[in-house]
Amino acid sequence: MSASPARVVCLGLTKRFGGAQGVLAVDGLDLDVPAGSVFGLLGPNGAGKTTTLRLISGLARPTTGAVSIDGRPAATDGSAARRGIGVLDQDPRYYGWMTGRELVELAGRLQNLTVADARARAGTTLELVGLADAARRRVGGYSGGMRQRLGIAQALVASPSLLILDEPVSSLDPEGRRDLLSLIEHLRASATVIFSTHVLADVERICDRIGIMDDGRLVTEGPLDDLLGRYAQPVFRIEPEPGQSRTVARLVATLRATAWVDRVTEEGEGARLIVSVTDEATASAGLLPLVVAAGLQVAVYERARPTLEDVFLRLVGRVPSSREAA
Amino acid sequence: MTGTRILIGKELLESWRTFRLPVVAALFLIVGLSSPLLARFLPEIIQAAGGEQFVTIEIPIPVAADAADQLWKNLGQFGAFAAIILSMGAVATERERGTAAFILSKTVSRGAFLAAKAIAIGVVLLVATILAVVVGWIYTAVLFEPPSVGGWIALALLAWLGLAAWASITSLGSTVTGSVAAAGGLGFLAFLILSVLAAIPNVGRLTPGGLAEPALNLAIGTPVELGDVVVPVVATTALIVACLAGSVWSFQRQEL
Repeated sequence: MSASPARVVCLGLTKRFGGAQGVLAVDGLDLDVPAGSVFGLLGPNGAGKTTTLRLISGLARPTTGAVSIDGRPAATDGSAARRGIGVLDQDPRYYGWMTGRELVELAGRLQNLTVADARARAGTTLELVGLADAARRRVGGYSGGMRQRLGIAQALVASPSLLILDEPVSSLDPEGRRDLLSLIEHLRASATVIFSTHVLADVERICDRIGIMDDGRLVTEGPLDDLLGRYAQPVFRIEPEPGQSRTVARLVATLRATAWVDRVTEEGEGARLIVSVTDEATASAGLLPLVVAAGLQVAVYERARPTLEDVFLRLVGRVPSSREAA
Repeated sequence: MTGTRILIGKELLESWRTFRLPVVAALFLIVGLSSPLLARFLPEIIQAAGGEQFVTIEIPIPVAADAADQLWKNLGQFGAFAAIILSMGAVATERERGTAAFILSKTVSRGAFLAAKAIAIGVVLLVATILAVVVGWIYTAVLFEPPSVGGWIALALLAWLGLAAWASITSLGSTVTGSVAAAGGLGFLAFLILSVLAAIPNVGRLTPGGLAEPALNLAIGTPVELGDVVVPVVATTALIVACLAGSVWSFQRQEL
């Protein structure tokens, strides 16, 4: 029943709120999301992720630039381009007087499913998101996590060719998060998925392509391996034995003054040091002697695989604010 | 328009489940019951209240026309307030709660979204008005004499048209301001201004208040010139259409 996955193209997409002198939420975004990919949009709070997703889904209108979905403009009111789009808002709110099943059926009917199809698909998608038992309960009594699951069900009910999910796992418990990420992974064959998140590990796990936004601009975009190759620097991880805070501080100061060290990040008040270096060969030979010279007793010393977090840190300068919470 | 029929069903179900339809219907039922009673027993009520102890008030013997007049006045006031309250959250509440974004992310145009709301409010007011007029007719028949059925049908339709005007003005306020309180305020302000204008000769015919004279004349079987009906009907319909068009124009330019 579902159409083939959609390709999304944004050209010079700009959104300014509050007139010519207002806030520039999205600034000249050029983006090409290939059909059938799972695209993760990353960025700190206020980076412009939600506005970008609303522009793509046609809920907001660009100040300049355009979005096309399979070559058709997305912004047109009630357009056919939306027929194949499933949208989940960041903080989904639905009609509290409806039951979960009624709401998903309504979503299906509004996406041109017949009554019988909407009914059948509502049952399937509610089962898929783990809400089958609560399908006959009023939405007003749902918890935040249940509302998010319901939001995913209503977005999926018409088998969309493009799924736009704004922070889809933010209210879910670990099990729900794992289930939803698996679901998104399995959608790869039938739909293009664009989703925003603060959780870098989720992006690393399921995304083919990643875009990093900051201050309304797309800082970089591409497959994960490409980004790691382009931006991630060699990283060494050191975990000192406890109770050496002065020694750790001395070593950090030494490292920060060393030419081939790009950045030293302390985690857990000195429980772990992440050392990014510019010259891997020099660092391999020179880092351990510096640690020994500082008199630090080490529990773990290893050369770590660069992660998306390292790329993010390098490009944006800080990790997403809700990382710990997620 | 895509989705209009589905959304009308949703709106009507919402009116029922959230008790809007039952509450408005109950209010109109009370209006329908009380109007002929009030017209019939007003002299006794005044006498019982001691109104003739100090001054002598000449109260003519009540007739069926007084019941129609009382019903029209009550519908024009309580009904208008109900129409305003019913419509002030039409768009503003959905925008505030984020449910408008849920609907409009589907293949639904903003025009269809507003049309469904307008039709559903119109249906709720129509059901309630019919209820009030039917009960009013029965009580008038019992307390006075059976009035003209056709005349009271005309009264019901004209009363409904007037209520639809207040609802559409308030809906326009709800769409433009995005605030329930502001929409309600604008609805009541428009009600006051247009009620004052209705008292001005010639100008009054062009307001919803201008529907009163032909409605009451038709209800009591007094011959009415076609122009006396057509002018206020066309003017009120034009007001409704203008408000709905303004709502669509404004809503299509808004961010969700």
